[in-house]
Amino acid sequence: MWQYILKRVLLMIPTLLGVALVVFLLMHVVPGDIALLILGAGEQGGDVNLSELEKVRHKLGLDRPLYVQFFSWVWGIVRLDFGNSLWTGAPVIEEVCIRFPLTFEVAVFATLVSTLIAIPLGTLAAIRQDTWVDYGVRVVSIGGLAIPNFWTGILLILFLVIYFEWSPPLVFVPLWEDPWENIKQLFWPIVTVGYRNAAVSTRLTRSAVLEIMREDYIRTAWAKGLREFLVVVKHTLKNAMLPVITIIGAELAFLMGGLVVTETVFTLNGLGRFIVDAILRRDIPVVQTMVLLTAFIIVFVNLIVDLFYAWLDPRISYRTAKASQR
Amino acid sequence: MAVTHEVPLTTPHLKAVTVGRSWAVTHAWPAVRKFIVTKPLGAAGGAIILLMVLTAIFADVLTRYDPYTVDQRVQFTAPSVNHWFGTDEFGRDLFTRIVYGARVALFIGLTAAFIGATAGAMLGVISAYLGGRVDLYLQRVIDVLLAFPLLILALAIVTVLGRSVPNVVMAIAIPIIPRTARIVRSNALSIKENMYVEAARAVGSSHPWVILRHIIPNVMAPYLIMLTAQFGNAILVEASLSFLGLGTAEPTPSWGLMLSGSALSYAERAAWLAIFPGIAISLAVFGFNLFGDSLRDALDPKLRHRN
Repeated sequence: MWQYILKRVLLMIPTLLGVALVVFLLMHVVPGDIALLILGAGEQGGDVNLSELEKVRHKLGLDRPLYVQFFSWVWGIVRLDFGNSLWTGAPVIEEVCIRFPLTFEVAVFATLVSTLIAIPLGTLAAIRQDTWVDYGVRVVSIGGLAIPNFWTGILLILFLVIYFEWSPPLVFVPLWEDPWENIKQLFWPIVTVGYRNAAVSTRLTRSAVLEIMREDYIRTAWAKGLREFLVVVKHTLKNAMLPVITIIGAELAFLMGGLVVTETVFTLNGLGRFIVDAILRRDIPVVQTMVLLTAFIIVFVNLIVDLFYAWLDPRISYRTAKASQR
Repeated sequence: MAVTHEVPLTTPHLKAVTVGRSWAVTHAWPAVRKFIVTKPLGAAGGAIILLMVLTAIFADVLTRYDPYTVDQRVQFTAPSVNHWFGTDEFGRDLFTRIVYGARVALFIGLTAAFIGATAGAMLGVISAYLGGRVDLYLQRVIDVLLAFPLLILALAIVTVLGRSVPNVVMAIAIPIIPRTARIVRSNALSIKENMYVEAARAVGSSHPWVILRHIIPNVMAPYLIMLTAQFGNAILVEASLSFLGLGTAEPTPSWGLMLSGSALSYAERAAWLAIFPGIAISLAVFGFNLFGDSLRDALDPKLRHRN
């Protein structure tokens, strides 16, 4: 087991290095000179003092060869120095820390909301397969997937503005300072993100339960004359939870996309909006750090999910142990 | 050629040829009919797709307005007999823009999903078939690509390439590649172990021939499942990119673009601007997902025997 964990942790390093390289190269072939943008010339050209331009480039380290820039960036990360935002001049890590609580809260609550909706609904659809209950759940969940986050957000805002004279919050209030105000601010964004995630999880819970329902031991449970409740909850659901947990973990990447769009609609100053703004402003250090950070979270959560999976299902850990011995 | 006669008729690849010929007649049409009867939801999805395709083809017949013509006199007209879905801030007819938007959405959605899923499937098949080092390295590259959130990778690619329809197609297609490659590879790995693949190699078939004749036909099911699943997804990603201001650019009649930027600020006095494009996106993605979902049920051998 420990050998397996160590192997997986070591495998994360080349993956993250690869991500770092890809995002670094992507951001350095982006057309548009950040030094020009900072001097306020933009694409219109304008009069820019050449020596001043050189000075800005030198200050940002943009006049060094690409590989030097790459290695100094990676070396910085190793020492937990992520560089400064080209736009505000503040350390990237500081900017991330300001926005992290908001995004984290929305992500956690949205996952919670979606799991609470998805598991009962998905199970219900599976045990009543091909009835109107099943069709109803499937239509709602496929519909949930089809409705874009930003449109749900726009409709919600429109509704709230017209009927409740609500306005998007200007300043974020953390949960620990004023829980009620905080919930009022984040309730709708959480619903917007959570509903779409619930759609994905419901479908997967349904197919996981369907698959387990066809196992021999379920037939045995029925043959023993067990009540439906026991067969479903004790024998089926317990086993169907394995793939569902994997999916909830894997959805994290999906969640990030939802956050980007939802934070934009609700004008929340979170990490999702931050990365879009950084891409638009060519704020290279911010984009690089944010992408690397999300990649790290995704890879890390996948690892946790795999370990959890092995822990829940002894057959899997046995197999991996055998495989690693060979 | 003389060689052909020496090969016994039971040779796997000859058998595959005869099956391939009769397939359309004996299996395709009854399968379609069975699909409609047993999968009413899938058929409903198919109907929505058909409606969208017809809308896209006959866009110029369906409306008498031009999607680009600016007419300041009819700014923000509410839905009426003349303008079914109302007009936008430039006085352009919203119904017309949504009808022409079907072309943009279909073109971007279909080409991006097709390019992404096909390139991914190719990579998956090659990776599985060659195995060894090639497989190992390709899988590490795929690991890297999978560590990117889909939308953020697409955003970064558009930023690099610039905002235009072909570039948006590429930006949506690239993140689809690793996802398809992974699934097709795992299928191809098990197919590679079959006796008929070994037999084909034993009678002297070349590697490309074995891949083309024996591996690819057998990974068609997972490929088609991924492809249809990605159609809806690609339309949704295009809408999201355009909404964020990094997809197609004005004045392209793109549904996502109609909801971006100023749309929200006008929405209070012209709610139709926020409502109709959203319905169009949702309906299109809904149709493709409904169809893809049922197709998966019908094609997945693990689920097939239930019906």
